[in-house]
Amino acid sequence: MLGFLGIDDGWVSAAYLLCMLSTLLCVVYGLINWNRGEAEVKQEDAEWAAHEKQVEEEL
Amino acid sequence: MFGGHAMLAAVKMSEVIVVIVYLMVVGYLGFLGFRGTKSETDYLVAGRKTHPFIMALSYGATFISTSAIVGFGGVAGMFGMSLLWLTFLNIFVGIFIAFVVFGGPTRRMGHQLDAHTFPELLGRRYGNSMFIQVFSGLVIFLFIPLYAAAVLIGGCEFISSQFSIDYDVALLVFSILIAAYVVVGGLKGVMYTDALQGSIMFIGMIILLIWSYAAVGGITAGHQALTDLGQGPNIFGGIGFKGWTAMPEFGWGVAMKADGVTPNPDGYSLWWIVVSTITLGVGIGVLAQPQLAVRFMTVKSKRELNRAVLVGGIFILIMTGVAFTVGSLSNLFFHDKDFVAGRLVDVSGNGSTPAEFEWVIAKEERDINVGPDGALLNPAVDNTDLKCVPCIVLHIDTADDEAADTFLIYRGHGGVAAIMPRAEIGVLADGVVPGEAQQTDVQAWLADDGDIMSLIGQNVGVLPRATAFTRAVIQKGDYFAFNTGSIIPTYIKAAMPGWFGLIFLLTLLAAAMSTLSSQFHAVGTSIGRDVYEQVTGKHGKSIVITRVGIIVGIILAVLISHYARVGYIIARATAIFFGLCASAFLPAFVGGLFSKRVTPAAAKASIVVGFIVSAFWLLFIKDQEARALGVCKFLFDKHSLLLGHPSWPVVDPIVVALPLSILTFIVVTLLTKPCSEEHLAKCFKK
Repeated sequence: MLGFLGIDDGWVSAAYLLCMLSTLLCVVYGLINWNRGEAEVKQEDAEWAAHEKQVEEEL
Repeated sequence: MFGGHAMLAAVKMSEVIVVIVYLMVVGYLGFLGFRGTKSETDYLVAGRKTHPFIMALSYGATFISTSAIVGFGGVAGMFGMSLLWLTFLNIFVGIFIAFVVFGGPTRRMGHQLDAHTFPELLGRRYGNSMFIQVFSGLVIFLFIPLYAAAVLIGGCEFISSQFSIDYDVALLVFSILIAAYVVVGGLKGVMYTDALQGSIMFIGMIILLIWSYAAVGGITAGHQALTDLGQGPNIFGGIGFKGWTAMPEFGWGVAMKADGVTPNPDGYSLWWIVVSTITLGVGIGVLAQPQLAVRFMTVKSKRELNRAVLVGGIFILIMTGVAFTVGSLSNLFFHDKDFVAGRLVDVSGNGSTPAEFEWVIAKEERDINVGPDGALLNPAVDNTDLKCVPCIVLHIDTADDEAADTFLIYRGHGGVAAIMPRAEIGVLADGVVPGEAQQTDVQAWLADDGDIMSLIGQNVGVLPRATAFTRAVIQKGDYFAFNTGSIIPTYIKAAMPGWFGLIFLLTLLAAAMSTLSSQFHAVGTSIGRDVYEQVTGKHGKSIVITRVGIIVGIILAVLISHYARVGYIIARATAIFFGLCASAFLPAFVGGLFSKRVTPAAAKASIVVGFIVSAFWLLFIKDQEARALGVCKFLFDKHSLLLGHPSWPVVDPIVVALPLSILTFIVVTLLTKPCSEEHLAKCFKK
């Protein structure tokens, strides 16, 4: 494997590149799905949140 | 001289004021949360929209701590950019997989089952298993303090370096600060506090990155110079180090030394340390982190998780990516540009016999200085547990307070001289204040064979010509020691402008506080809600136990931080906790989220197998940990059962424990029955 950006070792170059690419993946995924997945808050969600608040307050 | 004092006092006063203002802002945001208006849950209760950045920054600030920045950043200073594989896993597994694949189902199932802690989620998923909840709670309660200690040590290393104060004093102050924060309301998961902390961390690391790359002439030029520097002899050459921009030597068993004939049983150790301990443990373990998994439950819908992926990916890149890159690049700075000025208070180790050398600790490990016959391998070091390098050490007072505060290697003695720095030293021109001195202020450089002792008492300038590892020297009792945790703090102090030290201090305070508060939250709920309430059946009556649990957790973490400041303890302690969580919980967690076929018996078996194999490996196989714990030595009179079988003693527990845990989970699932249809319908209700 060839190195780049002054890093001669292919494995470390690959790690450097994969860091950038995985960040890009996160950005693209986030943009595409920015408005997807919205759902109404159901009763169990609200109940969970109310209990969670109680747990927090006990702490 | 007086001017130096005044300036120092002024800098410290401004630092103290900024820290106090910052704490007041955090306190105010905590107060807002206390009044019940801005916690994550409140948004969900009210059904209101949360800002997409908040969840991601909050998660990121919890995930990333001083352990990642100072601890793992320091390890990158030693071992180089191969650590970027961990950054890749942090982003791809810790953010992308965690949010896209795990986030939604965790949130849905948590709400369906009304689970509020990670053990509770596991227990309820598997037919309300008390065993799973109590056992998981105990594991978390017992081992999170180790991870919390890693975070504490990271913070204290920086405070001690930045303010030139004793490490234990820093630990005391920092612990009181954290305890106050936790008690006052830092446990409440106040979003804006975490988001503020995440933002400060982000800004601090961006400045650090740009400044560091600019200082080495840009990205490609910097990497190339680091590659070239890495070709020289290195203290880690014997364990497979091949430069800061290269992976260590890969292989299994006994390697050959450069001559091609001498066997070297440690020749592949570094690869296994970097890949199995540093990268895999933390990289995969993040998925089963109790304090992170519960965060998914606090969001309103899948949409918040989708949006958080964008922010989280960038955030993690800027945190660990920058820490590991800058840690590696610091070698270039320390070797080529570092300049230290001050009064040469003393020179130690400048003699001709071993008894006169300054023996600097390179490694602290039980019986590392004992041969097979029981005699000391190096009789000049009167301690069985220290591996030391013979050096000449310069004691320099840079703060103008009559006491040496900076210790630099001047030369190595004997064979190790080739891998030790060859510092250059010279007397400063008359009238130059050391605090403001430049390299050009050195009047006369000492010749290579000059008399170093003749400079004692004078104001000198030193070019340390060190690597990150050999530059980070601390005083430890009667000895000096190379301390990985000091690499990033030393770099910040030496390479960055004074004002940045302040920003970085806030960055680290933020990183430590956000992570520690979530850790102690997990400690408290695990012992109170998961263990006490389950065992006694007294629901909602665990407040006292929870609080005592938190206090015990804090005390344990502080004690570990006090006694275990050695080697790359921050990264190792973090890796132990992450690896343990992965091996014990990951199969049951993944199976429980995505399959209806998996069974409670399988979950119990895999949790127990994952935990026991990890514990066994740490106690009896992994050399460094087994030595430190001493059980193997006590029972079998040797430090690791597989000593003499390289490379087993350097393989991380996760490599063995996680596959066995997965295998157990699958086999027992095939042999036993899943939960009732009714229960599964509740768990997986859309």
